[in-house]
Amino acid sequence: MLPHPPIPHVPCGACLTHVNHLGVRLGGQLILDDLTFDLRCGEITALVGPNGAGKTTLLRALLGEVPYTGSCHFHGGPGHPARRLVIGYVPQRLAFDRAAPITVGDLFALTSGGRPVFFGLTAQARAAARASLDEVDAAHLLDRRLGELSGGELQRVLLALSLCPEPDLLLLDEPQQGLDAAGLERFHEVVARLRGRFDMAVVLVSHDLAGVARVADRVFLLDRRLLAAGPPAEVLLKMAHSSGKN
Amino acid sequence: MAFLSHLWHHLIGALPWAWAQFPWMRKALLAVLLAAPLFALIGTQVVGLRLVFFSDTLGHAALAGLGIGVVAHLVQPWWAMLIWAVSIALLMTYVQRRSRAAMDTVLGVFMAFSVALGIALLSHSNQTKQLLNYLVGDVLSITAAGLAGLAVALLATVALALRWFNALALTGLNISLAGSRGVRVAWVQTGFAVLVAIAVTMVIPWIGLLLINAFLVLPAAAARLLARNMGQYLLWAVGLALIAGVGGLISSYYWDTPTGATIVLWSVGFYALALIFHPRPTRAAWPDPAEA
Repeated sequence: MLPHPPIPHVPCGACLTHVNHLGVRLGGQLILDDLTFDLRCGEITALVGPNGAGKTTLLRALLGEVPYTGSCHFHGGPGHPARRLVIGYVPQRLAFDRAAPITVGDLFALTSGGRPVFFGLTAQARAAARASLDEVDAAHLLDRRLGELSGGELQRVLLALSLCPEPDLLLLDEPQQGLDAAGLERFHEVVARLRGRFDMAVVLVSHDLAGVARVADRVFLLDRRLLAAGPPAEVLLKMAHSSGKN
Repeated sequence: MAFLSHLWHHLIGALPWAWAQFPWMRKALLAVLLAAPLFALIGTQVVGLRLVFFSDTLGHAALAGLGIGVVAHLVQPWWAMLIWAVSIALLMTYVQRRSRAAMDTVLGVFMAFSVALGIALLSHSNQTKQLLNYLVGDVLSITAAGLAGLAVALLATVALALRWFNALALTGLNISLAGSRGVRVAWVQTGFAVLVAIAVTMVIPWIGLLLINAFLVLPAAAARLLARNMGQYLLWAVGLALIAGVGGLISSYYWDTPTGATIVLWSVGFYALALIFHPRPTRAAWPDPAEA
C-alpha cells in the first residue's frame, strides 16, 4: 500500500454498506441483537444510546475485531474501483505518555506501508501526510510530538490519518472525549466538511445529542437492538418522548 | 570465522591500553558490542509498550528454568531456562488477553512462583553456587559459541524489526487502530513476548538475572527523554547502550568491579543526566482545556 494523498471528490451517493441481521455474543452475553441497516456514502450516521448499549462493539464488529453472526456487505457505486471495503477508524484515544518520542509524522509512517518508522517518511509519504492533515486544518502539526497536541488537535490528526488511504467507511469512536465545547464544534465542522469531499459513509458514535442534531443526516438509537433510526429531529424527539414516559 | 576471530584479537590487541592485552577482555568487548544494540532495539519497544515489568518477570523466570535444568541433570541447564522462559512468556501473554485481573498482579504472581520454584529446586540439589553465577553473571567468561549466538540473535532481531517494528508500535498505541490497518495483533504481541524471552535468556549468563532488565530498559528509558521522534529514539537508545556497555566494561577492568553491574551503573548515570537535562515540552499537553 503506497502512500498517496487523498483525492477529494464528491460522494457518488450509490456506495452502500449493507448490514444484515448482525448479532454479537461475547462471553455468553448477547451484546448486539439482529441489527439490519444500510450506510450510504455522503451520509453521516450518528450512533447514540446509553453506556453499554453496544455502540463500540458495533464498530469493533464492523472492523472485524469481534466475531458476529449475520453479514456485512459492501457494494461500490458505478465507477468505484472493485476492491474490499476500506475502513478508516478513529479510536477514542491513543495510549502514549506525554514524553513519548513520537511525532504526527511518525504516526503516518507507522500506518503507511512497510518502511520502518525509524527511517522517517519518504518525501512522497510526507507530502501525502501533509495533504491529509490539510483536509482537517492540521498541516502545521506534522512535526509536532503527540504529547504536545491538545485534545482537539489530536482528534483532527487521527481523523486525517483515517483518510489515508481513502476509506469507503469512516468509523469515529466517541471522538469528543478530552474536548471542550469549542473543540467539539470544530471537530463536527471538519467531519461535516469531509462528508462532502470524499466518497465515504461516516459513522459517528456520540454522547453529544446537540452536536448530533447539527451534524448527522441520520441517527441510530441503539440499546442492544436498533430502537429507532431516522432523521435527527425525529429520533431525538422519540427519545425525549420515551424518557418523558418513564 | 577463525579468520574474523583472529583479525578481531589482532586489531584490539594492537590498542595501546592494558585491558586490550587480555583475550577475555577482547571477547567481552565483542559481546558488549553485539548485546548492546540487540537490547537497545528490543528495549525501545519494551518501554514503549509498557512491558518493563513483563520483561523483568521473564528475567526472574530464568531461575525456575535453571532449577529444572539442574534437577534434570542437563549438561547445559541453559536450555531448560530458555524453554521455561518461552513457556512463561506464552502463558503470560495468554492470561493477559483472557483475564480481567490487573496485569501487574498477575506478573507478580508469575515472578514469585518462578523465583520460589528455582530456589527450592537448586537448594534441594545443593547447587546454590550455580544460583549465584546466574544471579550476577560474568561477561568475561563468554565463549565463542556465546558470541556466535549473540551475533545470530542481533541479525535476526534487526530483520524482525525491519518487518514488524511498525506493527508492534501501532498495537502499543491502540489495538483497534492496529487491527484496522491489517495488523494481526495477537500474533505480533505473542511473537514479541517470545523474542524478549529468548533475548533475555541469551544474555542472562553474561549480565546476570538481577540486572538483566536494567540492561534492557535503561538505555531506551533515557533515550525516550532525549528524542523527539522514533528515529532519534532508536539512535539514542543504541548509542547510549553502546557507550554504557563499552565504558562499563573498560572501567570495570580498572576499578576491579563486576562488569554487568558497572555497565548498569553507567546506564543509570545516563538516565539521571537525561532526566535532569531533557528538553521540556514547549506547550501545554493533552488534554488542553484551551482548545484552539
